[in-house]
Amino acid sequence: MMVNRKAPYGTIYAWEALEVVLIAAAFEQDVSLAFLDDGVYQLKKGHQTKGIEVKAFEKTWGALEDYDVTKLYVAQESLAERGLTADDLAVPVEVLSRADIGKLMEEQDVLLSF
Amino acid sequence: MKFSILVSEGPYTHQSSDTAYQFAKAVLAKGHEIFRIFYYHDGVNNATRLTTPPQDDRNIVNRWSKLAEENNLDLVVCVAAAQRRGIVDDGEMKRNGKDATNLAPGFRISGLGQLIEAGIQSDRLVVFGD
Repeated sequence: MMVNRKAPYGTIYAWEALEVVLIAAAFEQDVSLAFLDDGVYQLKKGHQTKGIEVKAFEKTWGALEDYDVTKLYVAQESLAERGLTADDLAVPVEVLSRADIGKLMEEQDVLLSF
Repeated sequence: MKFSILVSEGPYTHQSSDTAYQFAKAVLAKGHEIFRIFYYHDGVNNATRLTTPPQDDRNIVNRWSKLAEENNLDLVVCVAAAQRRGIVDDGEMKRNGKDATNLAPGFRISGLGQLIEAGIQSDRLVVFGD
């Protein structure tokens, strides 16, 4: 499970985390993604990054399915704290409580946090 | 137990490199095995031999090289992260038409697959980041 905790732009964590996701999928690992804290902004619809001259990666979320990466978990509390709902997100996700995401983490062989 | 370590932050800026190093030493002192140490994000800056900290400060890069030499460790720097940040070995210098190298002894540059493999092969993959 890859744990995404940071906003999509401003730091490189989200982008380089995505590179790890794609490589892990290429290695046929059972990859899931959890979005916590400001990490939920990574999934928000309508990224416009032209003004800051960095690549937008919103479209990549839609392509994850081609890599058999379909397990996207989003922390309900993190969405609510930021005034967001699942409707604001670019792709379908499973919204879970932090506690339930914690339980999922316990089941993982490897957790990578970004 | 077989450990691997992921270092995700740059030296001196962030505590991660120091803590990862102390953890690696403790793991070895307890008789455990380290399968691999992988450097990602700004963590790749742990691998530049051009680092010159003040004399009364620790030399984080040399410390890694020494630990690797003494314990035959596999220190792997992510190639994509290294290219972004200008960490260069002979192969990368030729491939990308650069005029210098700066990879410290004991490190090698390779792909993210090495991180995934470390996760598969190790009992524990411990992340040191922000």
